[in-house]
Amino acid sequence: MPKPAENPAVKKPVGAQPENPAQLILDGEVADNQWNLLPLTGEEQITADKLAAGKIILPASVWLALREALQERKQEIGVWLDSDETADFIGEYARELPLVAVHFPAFTDGRGFTAARLLRERYGFKGELRAVGNFIRDQLTYLTRCGFNAFAFQGAQPLTKLIDSLQDFSDSYQATVDQPKPIFRRRALAS
Amino acid sequence: MYRYDEQDHKLIRERVAQFRGQTERYLAGELSEEEFLPLRLQNGLYVQRLAPMLRIAVPYGLMNSTQVRRLAHITRKYDKGYAHFTTRQNVQLNWPNLEDVPDILAELAEVEMHAVQTSGNCIRNTTTDQFAGVAGDELVDPRPYCELIRQWSTFHPEFAFLPRKFKIAVCGTEEDRAAIRAHDIGVQIVKNDQGETGFQVFVGGGLGRTPILGVAIRDFLPETHLLSYLEAIVRVYNQLGRRDNKFKARIKILVKAMGPEEFARRVEAEWEQIKDGADELTVEAIEWAKRFFPEQPYKTFKAGHGEAVLRDQAGDDKAFARWLERNTFPHRVEGYQAVTLSTKPTGIPPGDVTDRQLEAIADLADEFSFGEVRVTHEQNVVLADVEQEKLFALWQAARKHGFATPNIGTLTDMICCPGGDYCSLANAKSIPVAEAIQRKFDDLDYLYDLGDLDLNISGCMNACGHHHIGHIGILGVDKKGEEFYQVQLGGSANQDASLGKVLGPSFSRDEMPATIGKILDVFVENRQPEEFFIDTYNRIGLQPFKERVYAKAS
Repeated sequence: MPKPAENPAVKKPVGAQPENPAQLILDGEVADNQWNLLPLTGEEQITADKLAAGKIILPASVWLALREALQERKQEIGVWLDSDETADFIGEYARELPLVAVHFPAFTDGRGFTAARLLRERYGFKGELRAVGNFIRDQLTYLTRCGFNAFAFQGAQPLTKLIDSLQDFSDSYQATVDQPKPIFRRRALAS
Repeated sequence: MYRYDEQDHKLIRERVAQFRGQTERYLAGELSEEEFLPLRLQNGLYVQRLAPMLRIAVPYGLMNSTQVRRLAHITRKYDKGYAHFTTRQNVQLNWPNLEDVPDILAELAEVEMHAVQTSGNCIRNTTTDQFAGVAGDELVDPRPYCELIRQWSTFHPEFAFLPRKFKIAVCGTEEDRAAIRAHDIGVQIVKNDQGETGFQVFVGGGLGRTPILGVAIRDFLPETHLLSYLEAIVRVYNQLGRRDNKFKARIKILVKAMGPEEFARRVEAEWEQIKDGADELTVEAIEWAKRFFPEQPYKTFKAGHGEAVLRDQAGDDKAFARWLERNTFPHRVEGYQAVTLSTKPTGIPPGDVTDRQLEAIADLADEFSFGEVRVTHEQNVVLADVEQEKLFALWQAARKHGFATPNIGTLTDMICCPGGDYCSLANAKSIPVAEAIQRKFDDLDYLYDLGDLDLNISGCMNACGHHHIGHIGILGVDKKGEEFYQVQLGGSANQDASLGKVLGPSFSRDEMPATIGKILDVFVENRQPEEFFIDTYNRIGLQPFKERVYAKAS
């Protein structure tokens, strides 16, 4: 299993940063957002003592640089991965985290689907897996199958309506995070 | 063939309902053009030059007569009464209304059909040899594996938003009739020394503006590992393929940039992590899939009897003899032959059939070939299991319906994209070029004398007409707003696959038939007895063709 990146440089912000809406869909229900997602700012000197209080979601490169210093605050530190950061970037450290968010700069950028599956299936991440950025409701079932359980939609969106899209499909052909057996295994057993 | 069970039906119904909702939201202005675009593409719906175009999936080219009749009905009810067979063994409708598409999909779902993932940046319809299961040179029938790949790739939650489209082809014979090295992944069925079935896996092939042939990254993959290995390849691609430039986003660019060895190393490393996991095929699952492609209830015939009958009939009728020679294919079972119905009589866009013709195909399939039909990547239709004694009757019926043009594999059996007449991407029209060439070369004796010759036409560099792998390839280009045509020679789609080389400066449409004529003259003058065009070309090279075609008039 690949090791997480060692001593990574803090990334420069590229493109739009994810928003941090007041409400989101969490485990199939509309909920208040308890976390404060911090975008990349491009500041060179970030130290653990200068971070905001309370539950915060740090850019992955920032968190990796500060990880040792943040051991005390473990339960209130989440991490977000940008779309060009694979799950291997935080790797087995994911187990330590209560929350990982994955950024979709555009809904057509499908890298986050792989990141989510690997976090769940390879790195044993059990916490809240949150989609942030520009994904759309029509992707909710696929996102769920890949392991996401929280959806922080950008902009003003009618979350209670969007929840319906979680039910678009009732089954899947493949083995996925929420369906451990692919359909051919279930069928072969039945026949 | 594969039949849906309740789970397949449910999933496809759910997809139709989802798309109906998306279409309604789009029409109500709740879903933006930008957001609707990839959603409709993944349901087969393009918006083209003149109207929307709907591409309906025909998994690995196989349909039953009920499905073909439903297509006929759909073309009548929702379109202009005709349909088009594509080079990916699918079917396209050129004139549906956007509002009607959910209803069309619902009608398709009733007969176990859909338009899922026939477009968009996802895993597309898997293709294979049109003679799968009946070819004498077949190692193993590829269709059960195609079906397992179809199910694995359908609604794959991780791979619905890849950097670019992704095409997989499977071949079960030594002669490659599925052009597997022109695909993102080509799967060649092989056997090892112990007689076990497995796969040689090619990756990174593709046509388009950067044509590349796939390279083998694994020479023997045991069969139960098929899906996990495919998953590893697509996963590496999904993470590392370029997304900044759509022209550099295909897997072939990644494989080339990284080098095939490094790409293979990454695939193997990923695969090590997931092999023997849940996606691993089981022997039971493969057996289950194979049960959908059983031996047909063939009759037993005396050896040589069918051939004798055909010899007599052919001796009496030259037209039948020609058709028999060009449009039928040997069958592994004594007394049977496979038949290709040509969709390429002169003057009809290659691959186009009317609603009545679709019904005729269904009837012929029921009467002569166990009710099954195959679409070929050359855009024709195959009836795979015809008794030799009934070939004459089939030929007469096919003639009546316009399918008996005895030109399969010849110059006029060309692959041709819809081109500028329909497609909004095209730089130039392709159908009128095809027709002009067919009209110039309508002498059957001359065509037969030329022998096997693939002429492929694309209206733009996206290469839907596979011009790179035609022995003669024609590419429509735009020169300052005018349509011109570039000619390439020496491409091949077979196991000795190669990409054509550009002959030289392009030609106007009017010049095209004469240009092809000059190329053929060079071939005829230089060929050795019984030599095919591609072999002559490989022997003498591009130069003699170039000299003749661009010779100054003296």
